[in-house]
Amino acid sequence: MEISIIALPLLASIISGFFGKFIGDRNSEIVTSLMVSISAILSALVLYEVIVNQYQENIVIATWINSGSLDVNWSMKIDSLSAVMLVVVTSVSALVHIYSIGYMSHDPHKPRFMAYLSLFTFAMLMLVTSDNFIQLFFGWEGVGLCSYFLIGFWFKKDTANSAAIKAFVVNRVGDFGFALGIFLIFYLFGTVNYAEVFEQIPSIIDKNLVFLGIKVNAIDLICLLLFIGAMGKSAQILLHTWLPDAMEGPTPVSALIHAATMVTAGVFLVVRCSPIYEYSELALNVITIVGMSTAFFAATVALVQTDIKKIIAYSTCSQLGYMFFAAGVGAYNVAMFHLFTHAFFKALLFLGSGSVIHAFKDEQDINKMGGVWKKLPYTYVLMIIGTLALTGFPFLSGFYSKDAIIEFAYLRGNTTGYYAAGIGIFTALLTSIYSWRLMFKTFHGEYNNKKVSIEDTHESPVVMLIPLILLSIGAVLAGFAFKELFIGYDGINNFWKDSIFFLEPLSTDHPPLWFLILTPTLVILSIPIAYYLFVKNKNLPEQIANINNPLYKFLLNKWYFDELYDTLFVRPSKNLGLFLWKFFDLKIIDGFGPDGISTLIKKFSIKANKFQSGFIYQYAFVMLLGFSALLTFLIVK
Amino acid sequence: MTEIGLGHYLTLGAVIFSIGIIGIFLNRKNIIVILMSIELILLAVNINLVSFSIYLDDLSGQVFTLFILTVAAAEAAIGLAIIVVYYRNSGTIRVEEIDKLKG
Repeated sequence: MEISIIALPLLASIISGFFGKFIGDRNSEIVTSLMVSISAILSALVLYEVIVNQYQENIVIATWINSGSLDVNWSMKIDSLSAVMLVVVTSVSALVHIYSIGYMSHDPHKPRFMAYLSLFTFAMLMLVTSDNFIQLFFGWEGVGLCSYFLIGFWFKKDTANSAAIKAFVVNRVGDFGFALGIFLIFYLFGTVNYAEVFEQIPSIIDKNLVFLGIKVNAIDLICLLLFIGAMGKSAQILLHTWLPDAMEGPTPVSALIHAATMVTAGVFLVVRCSPIYEYSELALNVITIVGMSTAFFAATVALVQTDIKKIIAYSTCSQLGYMFFAAGVGAYNVAMFHLFTHAFFKALLFLGSGSVIHAFKDEQDINKMGGVWKKLPYTYVLMIIGTLALTGFPFLSGFYSKDAIIEFAYLRGNTTGYYAAGIGIFTALLTSIYSWRLMFKTFHGEYNNKKVSIEDTHESPVVMLIPLILLSIGAVLAGFAFKELFIGYDGINNFWKDSIFFLEPLSTDHPPLWFLILTPTLVILSIPIAYYLFVKNKNLPEQIANINNPLYKFLLNKWYFDELYDTLFVRPSKNLGLFLWKFFDLKIIDGFGPDGISTLIKKFSIKANKFQSGFIYQYAFVMLLGFSALLTFLIVK
Repeated sequence: MTEIGLGHYLTLGAVIFSIGIIGIFLNRKNIIVILMSIELILLAVNINLVSFSIYLDDLSGQVFTLFILTVAAAEAAIGLAIIVVYYRNSGTIRVEEIDKLKG
């Protein structure tokens, strides 16, 4: 049963990808959606087993590599952590599959799209159920590959192609660190299986290594290298630039890959490796700082963007920052909890925005929307739910997970913890403002679209609304229902067991009451503020923008990260590439290699050609000369 | 008057042979001249064969000569036929213009 969770999406992908032409669009949509849905139901059963019966298993499917001490299996490790991930991945994936039937209804390449989605699901499942670092890396690259396919799905769009390449290249940077981390693990422990590695960690606490001429602690180094990989995949600051661009892909892809599942792989990695990270104070601090910087940075950028999907993309980036700093302050279970709730409400927001984009006939600029909340009642209500959940409105899912992150950061009791908590609260306020800005600009105010008349905007078909409704149930209830299980800290919490390792048990104190109500109060207050700013008094935001023009420009241009990277990395490497191409390749390699030899042969041939005049008498003469020479030679000899 | 001996015959054969060779190579005009030059070469060989046959008193040389004459007649007939066909196909038998073998 467990294996079919992984096998079904792969099978669906093969059927739809290779035989899509024969079975038709509709059939491949049904096959893929059905198989992934079955996989989702099975995953839910597994999670149920894990919760109720403490089910734990490490199923070895096949031996993959067996060379010397390197012993790697294709395996399926089921414990609390992977069961939660299984449910998140398969359920969101199933809903996105169903939603895509409606969303992609005008697309000519449906089987290919569905095949990619299923293949992605398969790779993600390989990633989360792995029991060793190599299979993890396989899944890690698999999801990256599928992400590349899907961002560039509309391959006729130049921007989509370059966004796909950008995502791939930026992820390579992270993967480089990740691969080095795995090498280092194998070098130190002689094995890549989690259980064996984690067992040996305490024995090398004091081991030091020389890396790039610097003497560092081995565990710190492993943690930091692995974290570089996590930063790339989870779009943390410095390696985040691919995520907003990835919005060039179809919206269901953004919901599945760039919100709910793939980008959370980095968080999953850190949580999975908690037995290593717990021994590295340095790495945890780095994670906290990177996480909170990302949360803050992305939230500020989201404040001024005008593309509906980019706002949500930056919001995702920001929420991933939250997850990381939760992990950084040692609250891995809270990070997982936020990952879990975030998957639902962020997928909901993305699919909702897809519904809006669909209604406006592929318009993504929120300045060209507005006033359609009566025309799109279901989408409107569902988006409201998603926004409330995201901003952490009391008693919705985001409230439990995000506030828990801020509380645990506060309870960590060190400087980074307090900083993280402070920035967390401020970011929560920003999150609320930009989310409501999005909502008000999209659904309220005057109708601003000149291309599509308001009568032509229409509610999405049922097949798109059903996934939204299911996700909204998750967005409302996931926090409340799973709070005790995931982050209940009254001492009886044994859900995570040994899948998450705590060096010291988490603090069970409660923060002061004022601290607890601070965030929800700010969040609730921000709704009327946003309403005033973006509906009632629209001039005010413009005036603020004009007064603080440099700051506004700074935010609008995403802190100039793209420009900076363009000058620092893209252009020099492009110039280097041009130089190597024009000079090294063309002049040296080709000049002396293929081209040189061919020119030489050509010249020689022209010379040799002269011998072949075509005149018989010359041939006869040469023959005679040769014959005479031969004869003379024989006689003289 | 000196007696005409083997040396004279051989010299005659060598002269005719050389004329034939030179006729092939220096000829720039007509392909029939080449054919005639080949005949000359054959005749030079015949003279050699006959003179050696008499000198060695061995008849087989003269028998060979007859064979060669026969073959030469056949060869001349075939050569002329080829030239006629070639003329029909390409409209010329001028040596300078026959260079289809050129690469």
